[in-house]
Amino acid sequence: MSPEMPLREDLIFEQSAAGRGSPALAPASGEAPGLPPGLLRSVPAALPEVSELQVVRHYTRLSQLNYSIDTHFYPLGSCTMKYNPKVCNRLAMLPGFLGRHPLAPEADGQGVMACLYELQAMLAAVTGMQAFSLTPMAGAQGEFAGVAMIMAYHRSRGDHERREIIVPDAAHGTNPATATMCGCSVREIPTDADGDIDLPALRAAVGPQTAGIMLTNPSTLGVFERRIREVADIVHEAGGLLYYDGANLNAILGRALPGAMGFDVIHVNLHKTFSTPHGGGGPGSGAVGVGRRLEPFLPLPIVGRENGRYRWLGEAERPQSIGRLSAFMGNTGILLRAYVYMRLLGAEGMRRVADYATLNANYLMHRLREAGFRLAYPARRASHEFIVTLKDLHRETGVTAMDVAKALLDRGFHAPTTYFPLLVPECLLIEPTETESPETLDAFAEALAEIRELARSDPEQLRRAPLSTPVRRLDDVRAARQLDLAWRPAD
Amino acid sequence: MPYIPHTPEDTARMLAAIGLDSIDELFDEIPPALRAEGFAGVPAGIDEAAAARLMQSRAAQDGRSLCFVGAGAYDHYIPAAVWDLAARGEFYSAYTPYQAEASQGTLQLIYEYQSMMCALTGMEVSNASLYDGATAFAEACLMAVRANRRAGRRRILVSRALSPVYRRVAETIVAGQDIELVELPLRDGRLDPDALPADAAGQYAALALQQPSYLGTLEDVDRLSDWAAAQGLLLIAVCNPLSLAVLKPPGEWGEAGADIACGEGQPLGIPLSSGGPYFGYIVSRERLVRQMPGRIVGRTVDVDGRPGFTLTLQAREQHIRRSKATSNICTNQGLMVTAATIYMSLLGAEGLQRTAAACHANTARLAARLAALDGVRIAFEPFFHEVVLQLDRPAAAVLAGLAERGIAAGVDLGDSYPELGPAILSCATEQRSDADIEVYAAALAEVLDSSEVA
Repeated sequence: MSPEMPLREDLIFEQSAAGRGSPALAPASGEAPGLPPGLLRSVPAALPEVSELQVVRHYTRLSQLNYSIDTHFYPLGSCTMKYNPKVCNRLAMLPGFLGRHPLAPEADGQGVMACLYELQAMLAAVTGMQAFSLTPMAGAQGEFAGVAMIMAYHRSRGDHERREIIVPDAAHGTNPATATMCGCSVREIPTDADGDIDLPALRAAVGPQTAGIMLTNPSTLGVFERRIREVADIVHEAGGLLYYDGANLNAILGRALPGAMGFDVIHVNLHKTFSTPHGGGGPGSGAVGVGRRLEPFLPLPIVGRENGRYRWLGEAERPQSIGRLSAFMGNTGILLRAYVYMRLLGAEGMRRVADYATLNANYLMHRLREAGFRLAYPARRASHEFIVTLKDLHRETGVTAMDVAKALLDRGFHAPTTYFPLLVPECLLIEPTETESPETLDAFAEALAEIRELARSDPEQLRRAPLSTPVRRLDDVRAARQLDLAWRPAD
Repeated sequence: MPYIPHTPEDTARMLAAIGLDSIDELFDEIPPALRAEGFAGVPAGIDEAAAARLMQSRAAQDGRSLCFVGAGAYDHYIPAAVWDLAARGEFYSAYTPYQAEASQGTLQLIYEYQSMMCALTGMEVSNASLYDGATAFAEACLMAVRANRRAGRRRILVSRALSPVYRRVAETIVAGQDIELVELPLRDGRLDPDALPADAAGQYAALALQQPSYLGTLEDVDRLSDWAAAQGLLLIAVCNPLSLAVLKPPGEWGEAGADIACGEGQPLGIPLSSGGPYFGYIVSRERLVRQMPGRIVGRTVDVDGRPGFTLTLQAREQHIRRSKATSNICTNQGLMVTAATIYMSLLGAEGLQRTAAACHANTARLAARLAALDGVRIAFEPFFHEVVLQLDRPAAAVLAGLAERGIAAGVDLGDSYPELGPAILSCATEQRSDADIEVYAAALAEVLDSSEVA
């Protein structure tokens, strides 16, 4: 429960009073002589006029309306909501890093470039790839870079017919969306009853049109793809390449290397495995790694080192690159946070990430199984996450996964991922991460068990949940039909 | 163990509950041939104090030069309250607001952000942000092509004064979709009106221009907007959001205004930080909202009739539409939007206006001071807060000489605009004092006099 939560906060615009402001925060003069009058703004923008204290109080109170890792257990499956160490933020925000312009001379950026160069090398080591580019600004952009490199590789060989990307039916929505952005068509292949890829279906799907396959391993079903080498052989023999979606790297860090599984290209979500902040929806970071044959195509820029000095490698050094994906160098400050995290943990600490993420997931899965919950893949070991299906409970009581998710909010837990993957009905995808204590896992398991009892005794109460949050269930249909996307001043 | 709370007793109890003897057994589904034992090439862990020493020594090597570089990222003062608030754990360590009831803080903040961006640009709808200015321009191009889907128009006219990096990034991103960016030439640093194709109607999806341009110049936006409307082209406006506190907002250009506006949000309270994280903004007319990429927040009511906020129009997005989504984007730059919303609230329209005006006035002072030197001339006027300086020596050598004297003097335009001859793009934000400008001028005089740049 969060009884201390403020219930609501007026819009900052509604707190505005004409003529109020924070005059000390901007230069005194507002003269801009020399600009043609016809190009100037005639009416000031309708921004709020508020004091600094009003701003501080308003956004502090808004922050208190959120659930976050710092305040709540946040077992959002496939998102790896682990603790974001404070020191990573502090050290990435040192003045020398923050104040440096991206186009300042290289001599004035040797500190940040040293960190990025070492980060490239460490990411290559922990994934078993040959080379990395850090520029993609989110997982989806990393995916884009990966598929674009696969396409550039085929084109460089005169192989223009390969325009089909294979994705498993359990894949993240970004995978097919990315393939489309890269001008490819998408072919989905099914998953078998144990959660592995259907190999006969894969064999039937590959051919001279196959550009590649996009896979997550462990998969979005929370299980390790055991026949990954066979998958790799089938795709490679057909002339395609393998793309590794690093969404679930937290599960295998130090236990298995994607490079050894046969992947040709990989992206790593630094905001998951390497604990950079999720920030209410970004910034992420989707660094991409490749084997030798894709290295010439890596997106730019890349940090190189010559005679003890670091320098940017650009189009002159990498003429076959797929190009640039950002105005400058991607989310540099996020890369620094990941660098600090990796240095703090070191080789042994990173190995423990997978160990304890997996231990926590299997322990929580065991607790829920004991409590009578049905697992989507009961015969399988959990990876760093697992799926509970509530289809029996739904049939029995009419209570849905959504109702259960909302009831968890009332009990002080952020909900797991719901209704993903799409092929498991009424599912909860639960990822506890390694930074949670067993006491928290026990409390969460007990809350879920209690909710299940309530579903049987008083399902109506669950359908009304949540009751203790700042708002209750919102009218999504109205939101989409009567669009209200911006506050406007009254006429 | 760093950040792992388990005691040895915890671990033993949990393994016993699962019925295993060791953690190794948790990985028994990974085929033996694929199992790894640690990593080669990753150093051992260090403690927090050692990490602090390491990073302090690295940071001390960086960012010491006096900054007169702009070209898409600007050295503005950021009030203390901005990052004190944005770095609160409740913002910093939350995720995309999928569970609206548990995310009203982030959702209301994004709604306020969308409102502020609409107010600043004179447009009707905004999304919750994109990665940066360059990718926002790429998404604007894709959006314009989608809006023209029925007519099948896949070419976009783009001013040569629109950032060369943005054009390159957009080309990388749209390359796979058979979309072509067609460059329009310049006259006096601005789009040449005589070069607008007479037969554009039916041929192109949109006209894209930047105001102020990459070269700091000001386009005749009313006339260009009217031309695009007359030809049936959408108008994509790339604008520095801070400049819009002074300049006419794209929603008011010409008779009809721009259709889509986008750009780099960094000037709104985001540190330079060697290039990121920043955020891209994108706003449009309401009739184009279903072509908008990324997250959008709407205001609605809950079951008790209380106002509340939620992600809306999600049928456009990858997690619903998969291969038919408007974009593959899922995350945006939420934390940067948090900072920008706080920044805009603190400064208000007047504070933004004074900051923007001070940047213009400082750059005008800088330009006049430097142009008084032999061998330096101002290429184009008027300019907003960046100026092209043409030199009579090789620009790279001049910049290198200034760098040695501790000055990041600007960007060499030789690669992107060889027709200008030796030229650099410089900027003096409100942070540069008269004394700073004197330091630049004196150093430039010294470099031009010396034999290093013969």
